[in-house]
Amino acid sequence: MSVKGRIHSFESCGTVDGPGVRFVIFMQGCPFKCMFCHNPDTWDYNGGTLYSVDEVIGKIKRYIPYIKASGGGVTVTGGEPLMQMDFLMELFKELKKMDVHTAIDTNGYIGSKAQNLAELLELTDLVLMSIKHINPDAHMKLTGCSNQNTLEFANYLNEIGKPLWIRYVVIPGFTDDFLSLFKLREFINGLKNVENVEILPFHKHGEKKWEKLKLPYNLDKAAVPNKFEVSKAKNLLDNDTEEKK
Amino acid sequence: MVLNCWNGFVGSEWKQKIDLRGFIVENYMPYDGDESFLANATFKTRRLWDRCKELISEESKKGGVLDIETDIISSINGFKPGYIDEGLEVIKGIQTDKPLKRAVVPYGGIRMAKQACEKYGYKLSDKIEEIFTKYSKTHNDGVFDVYTPEMRKARKSGVITGLPDAYGRGRLIGDYRRVALYGVDRLIEEKAQELENMVTSIFDEDIIRAREEIQDQIKSLNELKLMANSYGFDISNPAQNAFEAFQWTYLAFLGAMKETNGAANSLGRMSTFFDIYIERDMKEGKLTEEEAQELVDQFIIKLRIIRHLRTPEYNELFAGDPVWITESIGGMCEDGRHMVTKTSYRFLQSLYNIGSSPEPNLTILWSKGLPANFKEFCAKVSIDTCTLQYENDDIMRPVFGDDYGISCCVSAMRIGRDMQYFGARCNLPKLLLMALNGGKDEVSGDQVAPVSAPYEGEYLDYETVLNKYEELQEWLAGLYVNTMNAIHYMHDKYAYERLMMALHDTDVRRFMAFGIAGLSVIADSFSAIKYGKVKVIRDERGIITDFEVEGDYPKYGNDDDRVDDIAVNLVKKFYQSLEKHKTLRGAKHTLSVLTITSNVVYGSKTGSTPDGRRKGEAFAPGANPMHGRDTNGILSSLNTLAKIPYEYCLDGISYTLSIIPHVLGKSESSRITNLAGILDGYFALGGHHVNINIMERGILEEAMKDPAKYPQMTIRVSGYAVNFNKLSKKQQLEVMNRTFHGEI
Repeated sequence: MSVKGRIHSFESCGTVDGPGVRFVIFMQGCPFKCMFCHNPDTWDYNGGTLYSVDEVIGKIKRYIPYIKASGGGVTVTGGEPLMQMDFLMELFKELKKMDVHTAIDTNGYIGSKAQNLAELLELTDLVLMSIKHINPDAHMKLTGCSNQNTLEFANYLNEIGKPLWIRYVVIPGFTDDFLSLFKLREFINGLKNVENVEILPFHKHGEKKWEKLKLPYNLDKAAVPNKFEVSKAKNLLDNDTEEKK
Repeated sequence: MVLNCWNGFVGSEWKQKIDLRGFIVENYMPYDGDESFLANATFKTRRLWDRCKELISEESKKGGVLDIETDIISSINGFKPGYIDEGLEVIKGIQTDKPLKRAVVPYGGIRMAKQACEKYGYKLSDKIEEIFTKYSKTHNDGVFDVYTPEMRKARKSGVITGLPDAYGRGRLIGDYRRVALYGVDRLIEEKAQELENMVTSIFDEDIIRAREEIQDQIKSLNELKLMANSYGFDISNPAQNAFEAFQWTYLAFLGAMKETNGAANSLGRMSTFFDIYIERDMKEGKLTEEEAQELVDQFIIKLRIIRHLRTPEYNELFAGDPVWITESIGGMCEDGRHMVTKTSYRFLQSLYNIGSSPEPNLTILWSKGLPANFKEFCAKVSIDTCTLQYENDDIMRPVFGDDYGISCCVSAMRIGRDMQYFGARCNLPKLLLMALNGGKDEVSGDQVAPVSAPYEGEYLDYETVLNKYEELQEWLAGLYVNTMNAIHYMHDKYAYERLMMALHDTDVRRFMAFGIAGLSVIADSFSAIKYGKVKVIRDERGIITDFEVEGDYPKYGNDDDRVDDIAVNLVKKFYQSLEKHKTLRGAKHTLSVLTITSNVVYGSKTGSTPDGRRKGEAFAPGANPMHGRDTNGILSSLNTLAKIPYEYCLDGISYTLSIIPHVLGKSESSRITNLAGILDGYFALGGHHVNINIMERGILEEAMKDPAKYPQMTIRVSGYAVNFNKLSKKQQLEVMNRTFHGEI
């Protein structure tokens, strides 16, 4: 168990990244450079702190009673956790020995062909995947990467029947036009493994981090969606998956 | 007659002797379902509560007291029957002749009674004052007759604060259910029999006192019957139906409230007891769900308008005019079944039917074995109302069995079988400062403790400081026990709670309940000394009054064993010191980590401490981490709390937690499951108590600005709940400064 994980931070009482109370691990390093990212400090592959699997398990152990009682588990997010698959593999093996529910929150950049992916997904109970945009050009503009791998990854999860929660960030004027939402809906309808679609209203809590990192924040003019904009997206995307856990 | 009253109830042993527990265990029906059966308030209930709300609002406009009866010494039959609105009242009886009118109960101390009247613009009748100064002694007089100069100095300095030496001690729970199940005549018979049997060859002080006490108890039971008669009820016999069970029980509680005004008057464990009567009536087609809920709501309305006359100094320690009518709900039976019944739900439903309120102090006895539906309903009620507290049945049941109730905030007692001598708290941070200063008070400069060598040197050395502290603790523990002995000796003698004790077994088990305040401050202080560098600053008197903390140190409340172990050791050592000293009437020593709202007063009387806390700054309440220092999230702070060993703190370990709603999850249903899961986890780890407030800090700011908009806003403070508007400004600010988990 020599492999170490580069980790940005931990949250011991996560309640928004999967079911129940979750220990959330923010992995360091991300290939996407999303304009709306609220954790740009997790991008740098050389940042964060190195932890062994044992060290992380030691932290998680303190919270097992809460996790078990609430039907929660452990979620790895980031950054992009699938950029550190070896670490995840070792970590999830240990968690499974303790019968802990595991979830990966990913942007799907890894695609479907990565080595050992099938084995890791065997150890994974739930995937949370954020589709940043259904339109390839808009996706490129928003994240700096293509969405081809992401969609491929979703299809792969569908094939193997892995439970999936889709997450979508609503940014007025960027991600909420009818056509895109409609296309995304069609894509989701094609997947049989989607248990939940979560609409995440864009917020600017991350803006200070951009300033701190001296990165240009290009969404300072973008508006936070009002409740009508949120419910428009909700109605279009998740009316038949709501409350289906 | 008696047999008819018990028709349909099974079991025989509880019929032979007074055994409430036996009756309940043999007859109650656990309920696993959800809350969908519950009924709304009836018209009568709503009208009656509206009338009460008007009165409560008038009371608040008049500065907190609506009226005082200054010409009558309160007693079980001191007042003719009174009503709020007779036609709307299903359960009859109030404390005086008018609702919210307060009575004078002078046995604890005439000075307090007089001051309290004056504070609210009344004058105690000359006659009453004369009686209790010229002809009859009070508890207060007795205590001050025997206090030593050392006790007085310790009391004055505030190193021990909150000694019940000038007012009623409270904390007793009469088993009021006995009146409903057995009728008063049977209770009198039993006591008379015990008196008859109590003849020994050695007729010593203990026997003489016990005989006198039983005789007093019998007198009070006869008086209770008379009082009930004045409202048109004959409670000689057992209750025949659910209505009578509520009415009989309430009259017994009311009688105690007329006779005593102790600092906490808890109810016990009623809901499952009442459920047996409700189930029987429903089975016979005599009661509907609406009527059952009406009984509960109306009973609770009566509890909400219980009032006692207090002085401003008392309110500083125990803010918000609390009575601590604590009702314990849920828990497990020793036979493995849970004890949640439909009436457990009905009690919680009252918070929706007649709005949220600090009284009665609803306490959930949590166990991993409670049904999931009930756990989630409790979580929902907490999220909606912030009025519940939770205590760990799985650690209390092995010590107290399955018919215990919580007294005051966090103290378990077997109902009718245990009583307690409660009093005060030791201010541990002040004790530490005294240890550094050779026994001198750091504020006044007075020599309070025996002279010892003051700390020398510029920086604090952990071992040296710990030794000095522990040495002084030995002295203080002895003084504290002796002071409590004096207080409770006099209270038994001059302010004996006849009726409450009549509703206890005669061979009652006694606890002597001690307390500590400032646990997080002293744990962090020792942590700063051990892991940081603390420089002392002396003033012109040569007294250490300030500290410079260099470097960071682990802080209590973050699940960091380095400091949490310090806290655990401080608690254990303090308890062990107490245990060395003999208590009155063979009472068992117990300890609590609980401050009520006195953490503000304790802080104001204490100089700067080595953890960096400034002079006068409030302590954290109970066993809470210091404000803002628990930075690792809810679960880490709960993990720290769960380490404080309950076996050393049988009187309770209080934790008050404030959470921003969104931290618990996005949807209402996820918030409910997550909160229930967090409670399950905390109690599985051995945590004892937690108050849950789920709110934004902003709403408190608004309520401070515009109190009229939030007339019923209730928050949990420390083992009890208060109406936020009834707190002083200083206390409101302290509540707002507490850590709110989840703020960005």
